[in-house]
Amino acid sequence: MSKAATKKRGGKMHQFIIVDPNLCTGCETCESVCSFVHDGEFNPINTRIHRVRIEPVFNIALACQKCEDAPCVRSCPEKALEKDEETGSIIVDNDKCNGCAFCIRACDFGVLSLHIESQKALICDLCENMKEEYIDEESGIKEPQCILVCPKEAISLKNVEQIGEETRIEAVKRLFGDILQEYES
Amino acid sequence: MSKAKGKPLPDDVKGYSQVRLDVDLTTGKIEKSTLSNEFCRDWIGGYGFGAKILFDELKSGVDPLSPDNILVYAQGPFPTTILPTSSKYGLFAKSPLTGMFGMSISSGSVGAQARRAGINAIVFKGKVPELSYFVVDDDDYYLVPCEKMLKGKGTFETEDLLREEFQDQRLAVMSIGPAGERMSRMGCITNDRNRQAGRTGMGAVMGSKNLKAVCFRGTKGIKVAHPVEFYKIAKKLIKVANGPATAKYRDQGTPAGLTSYNKLGMMPTFNHREGTWDKITNGAFTGDTLNEDWVVKKVACSQCSIACDHLARVPKNHPDWPNLIASVDIELLYGFGTACGNADWPTVFKCINLCDNLGIDAISGGVTAAMACDLYTDGLITKEDLGFELPFGSTTNLVRFTEEMILGKGFAGEIFGHGTRVAGEKLEEMGKKGASSYAMHIKGLEMPAFDLHGMSSFAVGESVSIRGACHLRNGAYGLDAKGTFDRFGYDKPLERGKAIKKLEDVYGIIDSFIICKFTRGIYENDAEIAKVYELVTGLPMDEALLLERGDAIVTLSKCFNIREGWTRADDHPPERFFKMAHTKGPAKGVTLKEDGYQQLLSGYYEARGWYKETGIPTDETLKKLGMDFVIGKLKPAPAKKGGKK
Repeated sequence: MSKAATKKRGGKMHQFIIVDPNLCTGCETCESVCSFVHDGEFNPINTRIHRVRIEPVFNIALACQKCEDAPCVRSCPEKALEKDEETGSIIVDNDKCNGCAFCIRACDFGVLSLHIESQKALICDLCENMKEEYIDEESGIKEPQCILVCPKEAISLKNVEQIGEETRIEAVKRLFGDILQEYES
Repeated sequence: MSKAKGKPLPDDVKGYSQVRLDVDLTTGKIEKSTLSNEFCRDWIGGYGFGAKILFDELKSGVDPLSPDNILVYAQGPFPTTILPTSSKYGLFAKSPLTGMFGMSISSGSVGAQARRAGINAIVFKGKVPELSYFVVDDDDYYLVPCEKMLKGKGTFETEDLLREEFQDQRLAVMSIGPAGERMSRMGCITNDRNRQAGRTGMGAVMGSKNLKAVCFRGTKGIKVAHPVEFYKIAKKLIKVANGPATAKYRDQGTPAGLTSYNKLGMMPTFNHREGTWDKITNGAFTGDTLNEDWVVKKVACSQCSIACDHLARVPKNHPDWPNLIASVDIELLYGFGTACGNADWPTVFKCINLCDNLGIDAISGGVTAAMACDLYTDGLITKEDLGFELPFGSTTNLVRFTEEMILGKGFAGEIFGHGTRVAGEKLEEMGKKGASSYAMHIKGLEMPAFDLHGMSSFAVGESVSIRGACHLRNGAYGLDAKGTFDRFGYDKPLERGKAIKKLEDVYGIIDSFIICKFTRGIYENDAEIAKVYELVTGLPMDEALLLERGDAIVTLSKCFNIREGWTRADDHPPERFFKMAHTKGPAKGVTLKEDGYQQLLSGYYEARGWYKETGIPTDETLKKLGMDFVIGKLKPAPAKKGGKK
């Protein structure tokens, strides 16, 4: 993924992990790898991306939406959560977080949780805080590892403009397919 | 002496939790002990642990459905790691279908949740006085009576109710349906709705112990011995597992085999009377049609990169089963489709759904239904017997038959409710001469989707399988399908034997690890498989030792069978392959030849280092595999009621 694709625009950075339910098979690999690169052990209960399966066929995974005016930040009585203007991520100050879980109640998407041992809030940091030793040799940078390992390439990092535009293009292809076909080589 | 001797054994072992639970269901007493480092290294995991525990601890000659049988839950070192298809578990007991070594492997979320709860193996003994479920919730282990809540419930509803009870949608639940409760010898165990430990009647064994379900959940993390290297290789394997090596399982799924095996005359149709079908040739009943017209979603087990689970849907305007979803693979399209001469997709889906939900192995169920269609067509059973017609090609009547068979109702349930072998015996007792020759099983286990008429190598591979008719003990069908040896001839018995043995040893490891056979092709070679084991566990391992342990595990489960009274005659395909030839297709006019078959069988025994004449391992072979503990213990116990016939 190029830096240009996720550039800060208009002074704002609003990008987040999205998962395509048509591609997601519910394999939980994203959850396992999330816990592994942050803690050095596989334990999906400490994941920051959450698989949801609604029987019998629906599968998806959800992670922090990086809300602009984030309810989790507003709700924290200890002021332990803060939005990083550079990356758009919500950063947890572990010294301040007391594990009250109010942020979990406030989040409309249910993508926050508490670490099973430390009882500190867990929020997707786009792997900003992953362990250095697991950085991919080829890319050499900290990048969301769930995207790297997802076997179906169902996970991507997108900013809001991109999501809207991609949806619009798909809609136009549906609506004006006949006209477009005429010009296909 | 085993190649393991002389290898260093580190103090700290990763991957394995090494926790064994012994649950005495009669008294409710639960004990926890530690699996030694040496035990883990020598017996690897699932299959190996099951074989060793059953050989050491189960007296020979017990009735498989009595409290004396023991049921072993076991897994290897990988669940919850991101190694592709690592979340698998196995169940092992004396089988009520075969009277021999019973084993069945399933996937879904069970292995991963059990590992996070810290479990490596559970040994269930005795019988709970009242229908109950067992809970492993991290370090809390307990039995809960559930007569009111769960008696008679299907596995889908049981899973839903238990998840509701725990307020946890991720709770892993293995459960039996009404068929397991009534101890149908075909009883299966279902988990995650669409995954079954189906074969050899492990659900009946659970039912005989009054054990309705086992629930797992855990919060413990898993460390591996060499995390940085492991992460690198796991990422590579995940990519490869989504590449060409597994395309056939991902795209069309195993039903692609309908077309390819049909072309070779190996696709069993009409209860193995034929090996081809015009409904496949004309495209009506193929993997293509299934995927284009019926499949709505492909779903994965925990940590699986492939997602082979093809979910097919009956349309919402269907009069009988609108929006019914079934988890489909080739074995079930064979059982309720080609073997019954039924090309009506919705009724095939309904039959599969009934088996999974009410709790019988859908392979055994389908093959038993095909036997009934065949007997009906030949007039050995009638409309008066069944209450309805059941010729080949039946649709809604096939569904009716299947439901009665599963639930043990009516003539269908009474005669066919315990599989083909028992059905044949009961019909013969009623004076229906020759009925047993319609029963397509080996050692009592119904046959998978391969027709052996023109498969001389796999005729041996499938017959020597320790759990009865099975394509997953050595996968030797490839030797015939790929033309490695002359599939109509009987030359090179020792070479063929060696080829089958090599495959079987690797499969023994795969079933002990336990990983999915669909990922066999993602490893560069067997050395890489050994390397992954070493990176996770920290136990020194190489290809030679790994294959030796595979050999030992297969041999030990064979020794279990010998102690139960196995003889050479048990390694034999049904008579139909020797007496009734196909009337069309590539194997037209071909039958297996007894002399040739026996030569190939001897070649296999020789390749294994077993006595060529008797198929019993020599002391020399046992010593070489580090199995001195078996020597002198291979005398069968006197046969008892309910044991092997």
